[in-house]
Amino acid sequence: MGASQTRTEDVFQELSDKTGFSLEQIRILHKRFRQLSGDEDTISKENLEKIQALDKNPIRNQIIEAFFDKRNQNDGEVGSSREIGFQQFVKVMCHFKPPTLKMTTEDKEAMRREKLRFLFNMHDTDNDGTITLDEYRKVVEELLSKSGAIGLEAAKAIADAAMLEVASINVPHMEPHEFYEGITFEHFEQILKGLEMESRMNIRFLDVDTSTMHCGKSQ
Amino acid sequence: MFWSGVKPRRGVEMIAFVIGVCTILSLPFGSNGEAIPQKPTGDVSIMPPIKPADGPQAFPDAEKANMPVFTMDYPRIQLPFEITLWVLLASFAKIGFHVYHKITVWVPESCLLIAIGLMVGGIMHSVHEEPPAVLSSNVFFLYMLPPIVLDSGYFIPTRAFFENIGTVLWFAVVGTLWNSIGIGMSLFAICQIEAFGVQDINLQENLLFASIISAVDPVAVLSVFEDVSVNEQLYIVVFGECLFNDAVTVVLYNMFSYVADMPVVEPVDVFLGVARFFVVGLGGMGFGLLFGLVASFTTRFTGNVRAIEPLFIFMYSYLAYLVAELFAISSIMAIVTCAITMKYYVEENVSQRSCTTIRHVIKMLGSISETLIFFFLGVVTITTEHEWNWGYIMFTLLFAFLWRGLGVLVLTQIINPFRTIPFNMKDQFGLSYGGLRGAISFALAYTLPDNIGRRQLFITATICIIIFTVFIQGISIRPLIELINVRRTNRNLDTINSEVHCRVMEHTLSGIEDLCGQWSHYYWKDKFMKFNNLVLRKILIKDKRAESSIVALYKRLELQNAMEILDTVTGDLSAAPSLISLYEEKKDTKNPKKKFGRADLRSMHDLLSKNMYKIRERTVAYTNKNALPNESQSKEILIRRHASIRRSIRPGSFQSEPVPKSQKYFSLPAGQNLDSHFPFKRRSRADDEETMSETAYPSRRIRFNRPSRSSSRAMVPLQRMGTLTEASSVDVVSEDPGRPRAPPLPAPRRHSDNVPDEDTEREDDGAAEHANPPTSPSWAAEPTERPENRTVRNPLLRKPQWNPKRQ
Repeated sequence: MGASQTRTEDVFQELSDKTGFSLEQIRILHKRFRQLSGDEDTISKENLEKIQALDKNPIRNQIIEAFFDKRNQNDGEVGSSREIGFQQFVKVMCHFKPPTLKMTTEDKEAMRREKLRFLFNMHDTDNDGTITLDEYRKVVEELLSKSGAIGLEAAKAIADAAMLEVASINVPHMEPHEFYEGITFEHFEQILKGLEMESRMNIRFLDVDTSTMHCGKSQ
Repeated sequence: MFWSGVKPRRGVEMIAFVIGVCTILSLPFGSNGEAIPQKPTGDVSIMPPIKPADGPQAFPDAEKANMPVFTMDYPRIQLPFEITLWVLLASFAKIGFHVYHKITVWVPESCLLIAIGLMVGGIMHSVHEEPPAVLSSNVFFLYMLPPIVLDSGYFIPTRAFFENIGTVLWFAVVGTLWNSIGIGMSLFAICQIEAFGVQDINLQENLLFASIISAVDPVAVLSVFEDVSVNEQLYIVVFGECLFNDAVTVVLYNMFSYVADMPVVEPVDVFLGVARFFVVGLGGMGFGLLFGLVASFTTRFTGNVRAIEPLFIFMYSYLAYLVAELFAISSIMAIVTCAITMKYYVEENVSQRSCTTIRHVIKMLGSISETLIFFFLGVVTITTEHEWNWGYIMFTLLFAFLWRGLGVLVLTQIINPFRTIPFNMKDQFGLSYGGLRGAISFALAYTLPDNIGRRQLFITATICIIIFTVFIQGISIRPLIELINVRRTNRNLDTINSEVHCRVMEHTLSGIEDLCGQWSHYYWKDKFMKFNNLVLRKILIKDKRAESSIVALYKRLELQNAMEILDTVTGDLSAAPSLISLYEEKKDTKNPKKKFGRADLRSMHDLLSKNMYKIRERTVAYTNKNALPNESQSKEILIRRHASIRRSIRPGSFQSEPVPKSQKYFSLPAGQNLDSHFPFKRRSRADDEETMSETAYPSRRIRFNRPSRSSSRAMVPLQRMGTLTEASSVDVVSEDPGRPRAPPLPAPRRHSDNVPDEDTEREDDGAAEHANPPTSPSWAAEPTERPENRTVRNPLLRKPQWNPKRQ
């Protein structure tokens, strides 16, 4: 028992070094992970789908999918895994860390890209590097799916308009025969340039002792 | 009483002026034999410039019999008359500043107002004139203050505010307490030094004074912040702080002026004071919430009385204020909460026009109040007796500066760990340097009760600190902020994409929070939204369906467009009637009316098709205190109108000649309705099909029915964009009405830039026209064109205007 305890501690420490979360946060996340997985070492989609609070979330599927998406693990693989361990779980969570005061501009830039990449991957379901109109429409549809009255047409119209917008921003001088295929990551960055993702896409992970505020050094 | 303090002498001079004006104006009427007979009682036919108030006694009965040819009753109109003149004068001043735009960029408006006030005060002083006693405590609290706070409360950017509500309240409440108590205590310490000769100011009075000068009022700073677009967090904290610290200050002010009367202050009183502080604050909030909800509920039923819709908003807010005042709880809190609560629901319930009216009137009232106070400040500075005490005043300045800086520093250290995005040193500098004192401080000081021994000194010190901060800090803050390069945010990102992605992000965040089993910001936001959708909206809003903000944005964009189009079309009709008739005569004498109607529909159709998909920047959510959010729009409407007038007077737009097949419109079968009633030839379905295949547009086309929602024009598939018909026709009227018209044929197709004489014309057309090469596919954005001609571009593909440099 004692041995396994120290082993987990080591794992936590390592994770904490790698991700920038504090030990405390890792412990909390681990507890939650255990709870979700039913005390297993890995977690599967079914586990996550059981979460009550997520039911109302219009993009629940994308969120869950994101956890199993290997692209979000930053180790160069693509595709979707069936189950993930705690380590992967934390790595996904890592995308939501807030920036800190100590970060340099380059760090922030990197962080922004990472966050944007995460969002982009959520949209780009087939992993071909572009968000096509169909994919975009799907997103908008799902977004609107919980608001009832608005039908599919509205979603399509909005997605179309949005796509057009992207096209007009990014390829202002398109040749007549050209066709805007979809949003590449560069274009995606471009359209969300002013959004300051690094300061918006954050979650304050529980445990607010100040040491957690210095977790930005990781990369 | 409002202006009743006007001295008789002042009245005399007024009268002299008025006589001058009135004689000129009213002579024609006065000599009119049918003038309503006036009772010869108090009114005199020609008022000699002595003691006008004593009219009845001043004249012997001898003159009674004659019907007065010319009468004047100045005392009767004196009050509203003088108010009007003052407001007018202040407003003229405002116009004046904006004539030279460069001044207002570098010097805040409040400085200029004070400067003008100083000048007017100087003039009044030189003629030994007393300023009107405008500001009594009652007048200020019941009439001047509500518009100011309603203004800020109504226009606070709600989302940003709620995202930072903790910090805002922290700075507003704790910060103000910190400042009041800090400054009060240190001034009290200074008072013990004999050399300054102010030993008679006791602790209570010092605290009272300190609470007055700790009300920051950074209108000037806010407009600077907005111009340089500093980051949202900093902006909202300064905004919210100024709003809520007014509330705190007023509460403190009341408490301390109550305490200042007490001979002895016991510890119990301190505790009661603290308890009262909370009762007052929370009570105000409660009342505000209540009235806000009632107001929203009321507007559900105002559909048939659109004209008075806005009135409900003002009356309810004012009522909230008055009722809160009645129970001596924080009326500022009440009115602010009321405004924040109802804004969201009311704006959905009322018509677009009412909404505009509400915003305008709130802005107007707020800025009048503020203008008057600043203006008055200038006047009072010159005309009142001052009690100048170097030591006290200098130390006041020093402490105000010191405690503010220190407070921001300390309070930020405490709040930072709780913020997702902590404030850095630059932000802190912005916060502390932005602590200008303003209208509220002055008004509070000026309305100090007379039983405060050193009232004069307090007023003088307050004026000093206001002038010092407004002039020195207000002018220097812009260069400083730019110099230290505070983090900036681009605010003009109201594109559909950013909305969509923000929503995705928010849902993701709340989803992840759910996954972590955490209850924090997004969790609560999510919960509130659910509650809002399930309960509040059902009760408060006419149209019950919950609406995603994306759809809302989309609709709003559309609605805006539609309104502009309507505006343009009506503009055509009214602006060019003579031209129209000229045409109709020449061309088609038979049934011109109907023809015209059709032609008009046609042009409407064209306009619709041109404008439908225009994605346009939403108006900026942030508003500065002195500008309405929608200002840019009107300009655009003008441009558009201009363009469309030109367009409409061209031959093409008045006939229903068949549209060449090849001309495809980007939008939809714009207005299926229109077409069904007046079945002129539409760009056909075949075209649509063709377009689709041509562009390899992947989607299958859906023939949309008219969607159920009203603004549904939008639900249209993207189609091809083509040339505008009018572009090709010749601008007959403007060039030479007598010249033979171009044949009403399908316009010769031409590529954009090769017709020299039209080039110039198109350039000033500005808004919309652009001839596109016929083959350009639907996604072809911005057709190629000369770079300098930025305005001439396809409206459908309007670029959201952001300026990358601003990042």
